[in-house]
Amino acid sequence: MSKPLLEIKNLHVWFKVFGGILKVLDGVNFTVRSGEKVGLVGEAGCGKTTTMKAIMRLLSMPPAIIPKGEILFKGKDILRMNQAELQQIRKEKISMIFQDPTAALNPVFTIGTQIQDAVRFSERSGRKMKKDEIKARAIQVLKEVSLPDQERVLQNYPIQLSGGMRQRVCISMALVSASELIIGDEPGTSLDVTIKDQILKLLKELAKKHDTSIILISHALGTVKNMTDKVYVMYAGAMVELAKTKELFAHPLHPYSQGLLAAIPRLTGGGIGEGIDGHIPEYINPPKGCRFHPRCKQAMPICKDKKPPFFKVSENHEVACFLFQNFGGDCIDK
Amino acid sequence: MRLPVFYFRILVVIALTNNILLVDQLKKHFFTYQGIVKAVDGINFFIKEGETFGLVGESGSGKSTVAYTVVGMYRPTKGKIIYQGDKDISQDSRKRPLALKKEIQIVFQDPGTSLNPSMTIKDILELPLKVHNIGKNHEGRINKVKELLEMVQLPMSYIYKYPSMIGGGEKQMVAIARALATNPSLVLLDEPTSALDVSVQAKLINMLIQFQKEFNLSYLFITHDLSLMRNVASRVAIMYLGKLCEIAPSSEFFKNPLHPYTQMLLSSIPVISDEEEALKPKKIISTGEIPSPVNIPPGCSFHFRCPKKMDICSREDPIITEINEGHTVRCHLYTK
Repeated sequence: MSKPLLEIKNLHVWFKVFGGILKVLDGVNFTVRSGEKVGLVGEAGCGKTTTMKAIMRLLSMPPAIIPKGEILFKGKDILRMNQAELQQIRKEKISMIFQDPTAALNPVFTIGTQIQDAVRFSERSGRKMKKDEIKARAIQVLKEVSLPDQERVLQNYPIQLSGGMRQRVCISMALVSASELIIGDEPGTSLDVTIKDQILKLLKELAKKHDTSIILISHALGTVKNMTDKVYVMYAGAMVELAKTKELFAHPLHPYSQGLLAAIPRLTGGGIGEGIDGHIPEYINPPKGCRFHPRCKQAMPICKDKKPPFFKVSENHEVACFLFQNFGGDCIDK
Repeated sequence: MRLPVFYFRILVVIALTNNILLVDQLKKHFFTYQGIVKAVDGINFFIKEGETFGLVGESGSGKSTVAYTVVGMYRPTKGKIIYQGDKDISQDSRKRPLALKKEIQIVFQDPGTSLNPSMTIKDILELPLKVHNIGKNHEGRINKVKELLEMVQLPMSYIYKYPSMIGGGEKQMVAIARALATNPSLVLLDEPTSALDVSVQAKLINMLIQFQKEFNLSYLFITHDLSLMRNVASRVAIMYLGKLCEIAPSSEFFKNPLHPYTQMLLSSIPVISDEEEALKPKKIISTGEIPSPVNIPPGCSFHFRCPKKMDICSREDPIITEINEGHTVRCHLYTK
C-alpha cells in the first residue's frame, strides 16, 4: 500500500455561537492515499463540507475553533503551517471544486481574468510567466474540460454561461493549480442529471490523466458508486463506516448506512424503504456516546455512554458500531 | 373466448374512471425583453382519478409552469384545462369559483420559502380553513388543525412554533398538511422532496402514498428524479423545452424507453445496484445542454443533443404518435 497522502486524525471542529458551542466535528479520522479516489457520503448538516474546509483552512476562525486533531498532508500538519507554506499547498497541491459554481465565480470579473489569475498565482516553475503564455495556458485548460470556443468563453462573464459551463470553468481552475489532490464538494448537485453525468465523467477522466487523488463529497450514494475506490459514511460529525465501494453497497453494516441505502428509491421499482425516523442531532447539546443512538433501532445500553471506535470487520471494511465489537476481535482505536 | 372479456373490462374501466384533469394544447408564453419564452408550448395529458401522474424534466423545461397554470397562478396563453370532465378552469383564476379552488391544491418545492416565517404553524394551517369556511368557529378550526398535525405525525407542541424552529422535512409535512386542509381531490406536488435528504424523503413519500389511498387523491407529481418517479407514479411524462417527449405507463416506460432524450436521461442516473445498472440503456452518452428557452431551435427542439439525429429533425417538429396502448412518443424515429 502506498503512503497516505492526506491523513486526518481525531479532528474536532467547534463553532462558537450565541447559544453556546456547536460541537460539529467529533473526532474525524480520514485517510487518502495517493492516486486513490475516496467518497464521503452523508446527509445535509453532518459536517462533510466543514471537514473539507478544515483541510484547506478555509474556516473562518473565530467562530470556528479546532480544539483537537491534526491534518497531515504528506506528514506535515496543515493546521500548524505558516501562511507561506499554506499558500504553497493551496497553489500547487490541493484544490477544491465547490458545490455551487454560480457562487464560486466572481460575477464582476470575466472568466478570462479569473482563470488567468489562477494561472498567474500557481506558476509552478517559479519564474514569472509572460502574458501570452498565461493566456495560452488558460485556453489549454479550458480545452481539457471540453468547453467549445475558448476565446469567447474567456471574454464572457459568469452570468453569460450556463450552469454546466460554469462548473466546467471551476473544474478547469482547479486543474490549473492542482495538483495532487482535488476535493469535489458535491460538484454536480446543483446541475441536472444529464449535465451532472457529463461533469462527473469528465472529472474521472481528468483525474486518471493527471494521476491525482480525488475526494468526492456527495449526499447521493449513487454518484459515489461509479466514481470512487473507497467510501466513508459520515453521520453527525464522525465517520461511521469505511469500506471499499463495492463492499459497502453490497453489505452495509452500520445501521445508519443500512437505513440510508434502504431509503434510496430504486429504478427497478418495488416501493421505497421506511426511511430513518428523527433527524440529525442539535450540535449544541449532542447525545452522549454514539451520536446515532436516539435514531437507532438496534441501540444497546453501551451506545448511550461510550463513543464506538472503528471495529475492523474484514480487510476492507471498518465500522464504528458496538454491534460489531466482537467481530474478529480486532479493535483499532484510531 | 378471453378476448371479449378483456375488451369488456377495458370498457368498464373507461366508464368508471373519469379523468379528473384534462389538459388540452396548453400554452404558456412569457414576454420578456430578450424575446418570447415559450415555457409551455402545446402539451396534452390527462390524469385519471386516484392515480399519480409523473412529470419529469430538467430545470427550465417548464414542469413547474404546468403546475402553476393548473392551480391558477398563471393564466394560460392558449389551450384548455378541464377539471372533472366538465369544468373549464383555464380562465383567469379570479373568476374561478371558491369551491373549485378548494379542490386543487399545491405543495411547493422549498418549504423554507413557501411557509410564511412570521406565522405560527397554527396560523399557517388555519388560513385555508378560514378562507374556505371549514370549521364553524375558532374552536372547530383549532380541532381541525390538531387533526391535520396528527395526520402528518407531528407533535401537538408544534402548534405554536414558527417554521424556522422546525426541520426541513417537518416543514414540508406542514406544507402537505396545509394542502390537505381543504380536503382536495387533486394535489400538485412540485418537487416536494428535492430539498430533503433521502431518509426524510422516504418517510414523506410513504406518507403521501398512504394519504392517496385514504382520501382517494390524485397527484400530479413533478420531479427530476427518475428513480423516485419509478416508485410513485403510475404514468410518466417526460418534458423537454415546453413539450412532452414521451408518455407511458411507468413499468413500460423504464423497460422500453423510446425517445432518445428519455434514453439519455435514464442512462445518466446514478444508481446503487447492479440490477438497476442492467436496466439503463448503454449506448447513449449524454452530450450538450438544454438550450435557452428564448431561442428554441427549429424542428425538433432536442435535435442538437440527439445521437440519432436525422435530416428531417432540424426542419420539422415531430408529431405525437402512439406506439403501444398508452405509450406515446414525439420523435421522427417512430413516425411512418
